[in-house]
Amino acid sequence: MAIELYRIDDRLIHGQVVVGWGQPLALEFIVLVDDEVAHSDWEQELYRMGVPPEMSVYFEDLTAAGQNLAGYQADDRRGLLLTADITSMAQLCDATGTIRRVNVGGIHHRPGRVQRLRYVFLSPQEEDALRALEARGIEVTAQDVPGARPMALSEILSAEGVR
Amino acid sequence: MSERRAVVAGHADFAEGVISAVAQIAGRQEVFIPLSNRDLSAKDVERKLRELVSTPNVTTIFTDLPAGSCTMAARRLLRERQDLMLVTGANLASLLEFVFSDALGAADAARYAVERGRSALAAFEGQGDAPRGD
Repeated sequence: MAIELYRIDDRLIHGQVVVGWGQPLALEFIVLVDDEVAHSDWEQELYRMGVPPEMSVYFEDLTAAGQNLAGYQADDRRGLLLTADITSMAQLCDATGTIRRVNVGGIHHRPGRVQRLRYVFLSPQEEDALRALEARGIEVTAQDVPGARPMALSEILSAEGVR
Repeated sequence: MSERRAVVAGHADFAEGVISAVAQIAGRQEVFIPLSNRDLSAKDVERKLRELVSTPNVTTIFTDLPAGSCTMAARRLLRERQDLMLVTGANLASLLEFVFSDALGAADAARYAVERGRSALAAFEGQGDAPRGD
Protein backbone atom coordinates (compact mmCIF):
# COMPACT_ATOMS: atom_id res chain seq x y z
CA MET A 1 0.00 0.00 0.00
CA ALA A 2 2.17 2.81 1.34
CA ILE A 3 2.50 6.13 -0.51
CA GLU A 4 0.36 6.06 -3.66
CA LEU A 5 1.16 9.57 -4.86
CA TYR A 6 3.94 12.11 -4.32
CA ARG A 7 2.34 15.42 -5.22
CA ILE A 8 3.57 18.99 -5.59
CA ASP A 9 0.66 21.34 -4.94
CA ASP A 10 0.93 24.85 -3.57
CA ARG A 11 -2.58 24.65 -2.13
CA LEU A 12 -1.48 21.64 -0.05
CA ILE A 13 -4.65 20.05 1.38
CA HIS A 14 -7.72 21.10 -0.60
CA GLY A 15 -10.67 19.65 -2.48
CA GLN A 16 -8.73 18.02 -5.34
CA VAL A 17 -6.49 16.22 -2.87
CA VAL A 18 -9.01 15.14 -0.26
CA VAL A 19 -11.91 14.29 -2.56
CA GLY A 20 -10.52 14.19 -6.11
CA TRP A 21 -7.63 11.84 -5.29
CA GLY A 22 -8.68 10.73 -1.84
CA GLN A 23 -11.78 8.84 -2.89
CA PRO A 24 -10.54 6.91 -5.95
CA LEU A 25 -7.26 6.02 -4.26
CA ALA A 26 -9.08 5.19 -1.00
CA LEU A 27 -6.51 7.26 0.86
CA GLU A 28 -6.23 6.70 4.57
CA PHE A 29 -3.48 9.17 5.36
CA ILE A 30 -1.75 12.29 4.06
CA VAL A 31 1.82 13.30 4.85
CA LEU A 32 2.07 17.08 4.56
CA VAL A 33 5.72 18.13 4.26
CA ASP A 34 6.19 21.83 4.92
CA ASP A 35 8.55 23.54 7.35
CA GLU A 36 6.16 26.39 8.18
CA VAL A 37 3.13 24.17 8.76
CA ALA A 38 5.14 21.62 10.72
CA HIS A 39 6.01 24.31 13.25
CA SER A 40 2.61 25.96 13.56
CA ASP A 41 -0.15 24.37 15.65
CA TRP A 42 -2.69 26.74 14.13
CA GLU A 43 -1.77 25.85 10.54
CA GLN A 44 -1.96 22.16 11.42
CA GLU A 45 -5.41 22.59 12.95
CA LEU A 46 -6.53 24.42 9.82
CA TYR A 47 -5.45 21.61 7.50
CA ARG A 48 -6.62 18.85 9.83
CA MET A 49 -10.14 20.30 9.80
CA GLY A 50 -10.11 20.00 6.00
CA VAL A 51 -9.97 16.22 5.96
CA PRO A 52 -12.63 13.68 6.91
CA PRO A 53 -12.26 12.05 10.34
CA GLU A 54 -11.33 8.67 8.90
CA MET A 55 -8.25 10.15 7.18
CA SER A 56 -5.08 10.79 9.20
CA VAL A 57 -2.76 13.72 8.54
CA TYR A 58 0.89 13.78 9.54
CA PHE A 59 2.89 17.00 9.52
CA GLU A 60 6.61 16.83 8.88
CA ASP A 61 9.30 19.37 8.20
CA LEU A 62 11.71 18.50 5.40
CA THR A 63 14.35 17.00 7.65
CA ALA A 64 11.94 14.81 9.57
CA ALA A 65 10.18 13.77 6.37
CA GLY A 66 13.46 12.46 5.00
CA GLN A 67 14.03 10.50 8.18
CA ASN A 68 10.50 9.12 8.45
CA LEU A 69 9.66 8.45 4.81
CA ALA A 70 10.65 4.78 4.93
CA GLY A 71 8.12 4.25 7.72
CA TYR A 72 5.33 5.84 5.69
CA GLN A 73 6.34 3.78 2.65
CA ALA A 74 6.06 0.60 4.71
CA ASP A 75 2.67 1.57 6.14
CA ASP A 76 -0.17 -0.92 5.48
CA ARG A 77 -2.50 1.96 4.67
CA ARG A 78 -2.71 3.97 1.45
CA GLY A 79 -1.23 7.43 1.66
CA LEU A 80 -0.37 10.58 -0.28
CA LEU A 81 2.61 12.84 0.33
CA LEU A 82 2.36 16.57 -0.36
CA THR A 83 4.86 19.36 -0.76
CA ALA A 84 4.02 22.94 -1.72
CA ASP A 85 6.96 23.42 -4.08
CA ILE A 86 9.39 21.66 -6.39
CA THR A 87 12.45 22.43 -4.26
CA SER A 88 11.04 20.57 -1.25
CA MET A 89 10.07 17.54 -3.31
CA ALA A 90 13.49 17.48 -5.00
CA GLN A 91 15.23 17.63 -1.61
CA LEU A 92 13.08 14.77 -0.37
CA CYS A 93 13.90 12.73 -3.47
CA ASP A 94 17.61 13.38 -2.94
CA ALA A 95 17.51 12.59 0.76
CA THR A 96 15.68 9.29 0.41
CA GLY A 97 16.41 7.95 -3.08
CA THR A 98 13.19 5.95 -2.95
CA ILE A 99 10.72 8.17 -4.81
CA ARG A 100 10.15 6.94 -8.36
CA ARG A 101 7.28 9.16 -9.55
CA VAL A 102 6.33 12.76 -8.85
CA ASN A 103 2.95 14.30 -9.63
CA VAL A 104 2.81 18.02 -10.44
CA GLY A 105 -0.66 18.89 -9.21
CA GLY A 106 -0.74 22.65 -8.93
CA ILE A 107 1.88 25.40 -9.13
CA HIS A 108 0.16 28.70 -9.65
CA HIS A 109 1.04 32.14 -10.89
CA ARG A 110 3.80 34.15 -9.29
CA PRO A 111 6.10 36.83 -10.73
CA GLY A 112 8.90 35.20 -12.71
CA ARG A 113 6.87 32.14 -13.64
CA VAL A 114 5.57 31.32 -17.12
CA GLN A 115 2.28 29.52 -17.62
CA ARG A 116 2.76 26.03 -19.03
CA LEU A 117 -0.58 24.43 -18.23
CA ARG A 118 -3.83 25.77 -16.82
CA TYR A 119 -2.61 24.85 -13.35
CA VAL A 120 1.17 24.88 -13.81
CA PHE A 121 3.33 28.01 -13.89
CA LEU A 122 7.11 27.55 -13.77
CA SER A 123 10.20 29.71 -13.43
CA PRO A 124 13.33 28.76 -15.41
CA GLN A 125 14.89 27.48 -12.18
CA GLU A 126 11.86 25.33 -11.45
CA GLU A 127 11.96 23.90 -14.97
CA ASP A 128 15.60 22.99 -14.44
CA ALA A 129 14.74 21.35 -11.14
CA LEU A 130 12.09 19.19 -12.82
CA ARG A 131 14.53 18.24 -15.58
CA ALA A 132 17.07 17.28 -12.93
CA LEU A 133 14.51 15.03 -11.25
CA GLU A 134 13.83 13.27 -14.51
CA ALA A 135 17.56 12.95 -15.22
CA ARG A 136 17.81 11.02 -11.96
CA GLY A 137 15.27 8.50 -13.24
CA ILE A 138 12.19 9.94 -11.52
CA GLU A 139 9.08 10.08 -13.67
CA VAL A 140 7.57 13.57 -13.59
CA THR A 141 4.02 14.08 -14.82
CA ALA A 142 1.42 16.80 -14.46
CA GLN A 143 -2.11 15.70 -13.57
CA ASP A 144 -4.44 17.82 -11.45
CA VAL A 145 -7.19 15.22 -11.00
CA PRO A 146 -7.36 11.44 -11.59
CA GLY A 147 -9.64 11.80 -14.61
CA ALA A 148 -7.17 14.01 -16.47
CA ARG A 149 -4.49 12.63 -18.77
CA PRO A 150 -1.07 12.61 -17.15
CA MET A 151 1.29 14.86 -19.12
CA ALA A 152 4.96 14.01 -19.42
CA LEU A 153 7.58 16.59 -18.49
CA SER A 154 8.48 17.16 -22.14
CA GLU A 155 4.83 17.98 -22.83
CA ILE A 156 4.63 20.32 -19.85
CA LEU A 157 7.72 22.25 -20.85
CA SER A 158 6.69 22.58 -24.47
CA ALA A 159 3.17 23.72 -23.60
CA GLU A 160 2.36 27.39 -23.68
CA GLY A 161 -0.65 28.51 -21.76
CA VAL A 162 -4.05 27.03 -21.12
CA ARG A 163 -4.41 23.28 -21.64
CA MET B 1 -33.79 47.33 -1.39
CA SER B 2 -31.30 44.66 -0.33
CA GLU B 3 -27.54 45.04 -0.37
CA ARG B 4 -24.50 42.88 -0.70
CA ARG B 5 -24.05 40.94 2.53
CA ALA B 6 -22.06 37.82 1.71
CA VAL B 7 -19.44 36.22 -0.51
CA VAL B 8 -20.13 32.82 -2.03
CA ALA B 9 -16.81 31.14 -2.79
CA GLY B 10 -16.12 27.74 -4.26
CA HIS B 11 -14.79 25.51 -6.98
CA ALA B 12 -15.22 26.22 -10.69
CA ASP B 13 -18.65 27.81 -11.38
CA PHE B 14 -20.24 26.80 -8.08
CA ALA B 15 -20.72 30.38 -6.87
CA GLU B 16 -22.01 31.82 -10.15
CA GLY B 17 -24.28 28.83 -10.58
CA VAL B 18 -25.88 28.80 -7.17
CA ILE B 19 -26.28 32.60 -7.20
CA SER B 20 -28.05 32.33 -10.56
CA ALA B 21 -30.42 29.87 -8.91
CA VAL B 22 -31.06 32.39 -6.12
CA ALA B 23 -31.84 34.95 -8.80
CA GLN B 24 -34.34 32.65 -10.49
CA ILE B 25 -36.15 31.81 -7.27
CA ALA B 26 -35.94 34.98 -5.23
CA GLY B 27 -34.66 37.69 -7.56
CA ARG B 28 -32.23 38.75 -4.85
CA GLN B 29 -28.88 37.78 -6.33
CA GLU B 30 -27.35 41.13 -5.37
CA VAL B 31 -27.02 39.86 -1.80
CA PHE B 32 -24.09 37.69 -2.87
CA ILE B 33 -20.68 38.29 -4.46
CA PRO B 34 -19.30 35.24 -6.29
CA LEU B 35 -15.72 34.01 -6.14
CA SER B 36 -14.21 31.06 -7.99
CA ASN B 37 -10.92 29.47 -6.93
CA ARG B 38 -10.31 28.25 -10.47
CA ASP B 39 -6.59 28.30 -11.32
CA LEU B 40 -5.71 30.41 -8.29
CA SER B 41 -3.01 29.69 -5.75
CA ALA B 42 -3.99 29.53 -2.09
CA LYS B 43 -2.47 32.98 -1.54
CA ASP B 44 -4.43 34.44 -4.48
CA VAL B 45 -7.69 32.97 -3.18
CA GLU B 46 -6.99 34.55 0.19
CA ARG B 47 -6.11 37.90 -1.37
CA LYS B 48 -9.27 38.03 -3.49
CA LEU B 49 -11.44 36.92 -0.61
CA ARG B 50 -9.90 39.58 1.62
CA GLU B 51 -10.74 42.21 -0.99
CA LEU B 52 -14.34 41.04 -1.26
CA VAL B 53 -15.02 40.94 2.47
CA SER B 54 -13.79 44.50 2.72
CA THR B 55 -16.97 45.49 0.86
CA PRO B 56 -19.20 47.45 3.26
CA ASN B 57 -21.74 45.24 5.08
CA VAL B 58 -20.24 41.98 3.79
CA THR B 59 -19.65 39.92 6.92
CA THR B 60 -20.50 36.36 5.84
CA ILE B 61 -18.66 33.89 3.63
CA PHE B 62 -20.34 30.81 2.19
CA THR B 63 -18.07 28.07 0.80
CA ASP B 64 -18.76 24.73 -0.85
CA LEU B 65 -16.37 22.11 0.56
CA PRO B 66 -15.00 22.15 4.11
CA ALA B 67 -11.65 20.99 2.66
CA GLY B 68 -11.56 23.48 -0.20
CA SER B 69 -9.04 26.26 -0.66
CA CYS B 70 -11.79 28.88 -0.29
CA THR B 71 -12.66 27.49 3.12
CA MET B 72 -9.00 27.48 4.11
CA ALA B 73 -8.66 31.10 3.01
CA ALA B 74 -11.85 32.08 4.84
CA ARG B 75 -10.65 30.49 8.05
CA ARG B 76 -7.46 32.52 7.83
CA LEU B 77 -9.53 35.70 7.51
CA LEU B 78 -11.68 34.69 10.48
CA ARG B 79 -8.55 34.80 12.56
CA GLU B 80 -8.21 38.48 11.68
CA ARG B 81 -11.81 39.65 11.99
CA GLN B 82 -14.22 38.84 14.77
CA ASP B 83 -17.20 40.14 12.83
CA LEU B 84 -16.87 37.56 10.01
CA MET B 85 -19.00 34.42 9.79
CA LEU B 86 -18.15 31.36 7.69
CA VAL B 87 -20.67 28.78 6.51
CA THR B 88 -19.21 25.69 4.81
CA GLY B 89 -21.09 23.17 2.70
CA ALA B 90 -23.40 25.87 1.36
CA ASN B 91 -26.35 24.85 -0.81
CA LEU B 92 -29.24 26.64 -2.48
CA ALA B 93 -31.58 26.21 0.46
CA SER B 94 -29.09 27.77 2.86
CA LEU B 95 -28.51 30.77 0.60
CA LEU B 96 -32.23 31.38 0.15
CA GLU B 97 -32.71 31.33 3.90
CA PHE B 98 -29.89 33.85 4.26
CA VAL B 99 -31.42 36.15 1.65
CA PHE B 100 -34.61 36.45 3.64
CA SER B 101 -32.87 36.80 7.02
CA ASP B 102 -31.77 40.35 6.31
CA ALA B 103 -33.41 41.66 9.47
CA LEU B 104 -31.11 39.50 11.60
CA GLY B 105 -27.49 39.98 12.54
CA ALA B 106 -24.87 38.10 10.54
CA ALA B 107 -24.35 35.41 13.18
CA ASP B 108 -28.03 34.54 13.51
CA ALA B 109 -28.59 34.72 9.75
CA ALA B 110 -25.69 32.30 9.22
CA ARG B 111 -27.00 29.89 11.84
CA TYR B 112 -30.48 29.86 10.31
CA ALA B 113 -28.90 29.29 6.90
CA VAL B 114 -27.03 26.27 8.24
CA GLU B 115 -30.19 24.81 9.75
CA ARG B 116 -32.13 25.26 6.52
CA GLY B 117 -29.36 23.89 4.35
CA ARG B 118 -28.92 20.84 6.52
CA SER B 119 -32.63 20.07 6.64
CA ALA B 120 -32.85 20.29 2.84
CA LEU B 121 -30.53 17.29 2.46
CA ALA B 122 -32.54 14.09 2.37
CA ALA B 123 -32.61 10.71 0.63
CA PHE B 124 -35.84 9.17 -0.61
CA GLU B 125 -36.39 5.59 -1.78
CA GLY B 126 -38.47 4.83 -4.86
CA GLN B 127 -41.82 3.19 -4.21
CA GLY B 128 -42.72 1.73 -7.62
CA ASP B 129 -42.78 -1.96 -8.57
CA ALA B 130 -39.46 -2.01 -10.45
CA PRO B 131 -36.67 -3.74 -8.46
CA ARG B 132 -34.02 -1.60 -6.90
CA GLY B 133 -30.61 -1.52 -8.59
CA ASP B 134 -28.72 -2.61 -5.47
